[in-house]
Amino acid sequence: MTRGRSRSGSSPGNLPPLRLHVPEPLYRPGDPVDFSDLVIPPAGAAARPDETCAASETYPLCTALIRVLDEDDRAVGAWNPRLDPETLRRMLRAMALTRAFDDRMHRAQRQGKTSFYMKCTGEEAVSVAAAFALAADDMVFPSYRQQGILIARGFPLVEMANQIYSNRADRLKGRQLPVMYSARDYGFFSLSGNLATQYPQAVGWAMASAIKGDTRIAATWIGEGSSAEGDFHSGLTFGAVYSAPVIFNVVNNQWAISSFSGLAGAERATFAARAIGYGVAGLRVDGNDALAVFAAMRWAADRARANLGPTLIEHFTYRAEGHSTSDDPGAYRSAQEREEWPLGDPVNRLKRHLIALGEWSDERHTEMDLEVVEEVRAASKAAEKNGTLGHGLHHPFKTMFEDVFEDLPWHLEEQAEQAIRERRIKWPDWKE
Amino acid sequence: MRAEESPVSLSQATTRRLSMIEAINDALDIMLARDPDVVVIGEDVGYFGGVFRATAGLQARHGRTRVFDTPISEGGIIGVSVGMAAYGLRPVPEIQFADYIYPGLDQLVSEAARLRYRSAGEFTAPITVRAPFGGGIFGGQTHSQSPEALFTHVAGLKTVVPSTPHDAKGLLIAAIEDNDPVIFFEPKRIYNGPFDGYYDTPARPWATHPGSEVPDGYYAIPLGKARIVREGADLTVLAYGTMVHVAEAVLAAKGIDAEIIDLRTLVPLDIEAVEKSVEKTGKCLVIHEATRTSGFGAELVALVQERCFYHLEAPIERVTGFDTPYPHSLEWAYFPGPVRIGEAVDRLMAG
Repeated sequence: MTRGRSRSGSSPGNLPPLRLHVPEPLYRPGDPVDFSDLVIPPAGAAARPDETCAASETYPLCTALIRVLDEDDRAVGAWNPRLDPETLRRMLRAMALTRAFDDRMHRAQRQGKTSFYMKCTGEEAVSVAAAFALAADDMVFPSYRQQGILIARGFPLVEMANQIYSNRADRLKGRQLPVMYSARDYGFFSLSGNLATQYPQAVGWAMASAIKGDTRIAATWIGEGSSAEGDFHSGLTFGAVYSAPVIFNVVNNQWAISSFSGLAGAERATFAARAIGYGVAGLRVDGNDALAVFAAMRWAADRARANLGPTLIEHFTYRAEGHSTSDDPGAYRSAQEREEWPLGDPVNRLKRHLIALGEWSDERHTEMDLEVVEEVRAASKAAEKNGTLGHGLHHPFKTMFEDVFEDLPWHLEEQAEQAIRERRIKWPDWKE
Repeated sequence: MRAEESPVSLSQATTRRLSMIEAINDALDIMLARDPDVVVIGEDVGYFGGVFRATAGLQARHGRTRVFDTPISEGGIIGVSVGMAAYGLRPVPEIQFADYIYPGLDQLVSEAARLRYRSAGEFTAPITVRAPFGGGIFGGQTHSQSPEALFTHVAGLKTVVPSTPHDAKGLLIAAIEDNDPVIFFEPKRIYNGPFDGYYDTPARPWATHPGSEVPDGYYAIPLGKARIVREGADLTVLAYGTMVHVAEAVLAAKGIDAEIIDLRTLVPLDIEAVEKSVEKTGKCLVIHEATRTSGFGAELVALVQERCFYHLEAPIERVTGFDTPYPHSLEWAYFPGPVRIGEAVDRLMAG
């Protein structure tokens, strides 16, 4: 630095050294867990503004927690969606089926039938209740942990298992990592595996729907961890600017692999509060309360259908299992967290509510659990007949070069010939 | 739509003299009118009509929900385009300068390019990303780059670079109609006139160039087909965009009977045209404005070597920009102009 000419700014003087704050979760493996400092407002306490309200009226709800099911398993307050018992039972069954499917596929991975699996245990309400609140033809742009949407919409379990086994009946031709489903006929967008890319895509789909004067809306899901991606910001910006008919969901399950929510900004603000900066409606919901999730989603869907723009919903929940079959959560978090989680288990809470209503019983629940396990077993067995990963029953070899482009250009044709030659050299008797 | 209406016979169509920017505007206008699913979006493309005027008048003619401005967010522009395409639209996003395309790379490389493959055809991304590219307008390092090689390297993307108004219109129409994502790079140095590389001579308008004769109405130039700019026997020049014109001028000045091939589409490449020409001339010169290392020229050199080796009479020559950022004041020192090309031609002809 040259001396002589005056420069702006005061002289540094005797200041303390700067310190970098690196967030650290409260509990690590072996630590006793105490969630009593977590603010959990009572069920029924949150006000419910009209769907047509100004976005700013929702801002108190960005730091509250919308809850419907109370400690006595009753549905209370303005957000109670007053669903009939039959709908509640269907929702419960879809959640139980999702859990049973997860358990079976997780085991299948451990048995070497596929390479990878991701459970959504503890987060079933976030996807199943949301699917019940949307119209069947609304388009969803999920992340990798919303298998509950497919199950709630009736996508055949055998198709899901075919995809997971990458077998010859897999509609994605064995090209995608297990659980990266695509089901256009069920309004379910192709999963990427790159995080957060679905956010602006959902907005684009919603903008197109509005351009065409359609009535269908879009909804998208992201984890709290990947809300740090730039695509979160571009999605929210475009959604707000064009008042697009889209619902932004942030599934705050506390953990992004081994990084706790503080690494995505949770020490500073709630994820719902980001809505305030964009000027869109925001809701913070007990994600383990299926009725609260349903009510918030329906509110946001009604609002979007009325051309009043997007809603950002934070679903406050807990990832009860590892990130995936490739993860060991015991290496970075306390096992007690799951047991102590103050918002309970979504399946159990809905079950107890139905029992409290006199519309369900432990016996019926046990019976249903057996039924869904059997349903999953049958689907899994049927899928295994189409092959499992690495056992030869994959899609025809030549399909590897298809769908890169609509037509096969010369360079891919040449490379396909090369690949087939390699195969014949390695296995002289090989025939497709 | 392609099947319903056959292209006009170009020999019978009335023509107008258009600049490249007018030809691009004409192509967008025609496609907006023909296909209700086409939308044009980008920074400043709406009311204002684009910083280079490529979209002038389109919003007034086609409405505010077909042609509109976007936030300054290239990742968002490409991301919403992918979503629009998933709905069934045919978006034509403009990236204001190719240099600004990088924030949109993930949406192009991981999403648009892979969507057909990963969904086994359930979803596709028929998006045409237009972006002005290349230097020669004193744009400095952030308004001059030629990043085509980043895109030719990606499985699932097509990359197109026109060199005349006639081609720009026909290729852009074909790109919009294509059912795969297309990166459409427009050499901005030749938006308003052909540029022969002699920067110290007066600029020429398009009106004096035969490539400015643009047929009225709809016509498409198929992607993947090169154009023989000039037939010749002495050597083959492979070029695209601005460098087509520079090559023409330099070889004419040297009195060399060169066969000049305007590749027009880099992926898929017209390999037949390349092979046929090199087999005839036995010599090959590859030219591009982009930086040298891992540029598209390296791919061309490799292909010619692999496929035409026994016809070659001299080592293949590669003339490119230097491996530096595009410097503002020393723009012409970067640009692969007549001197650099001239040296390479001399080496080839001596060989």
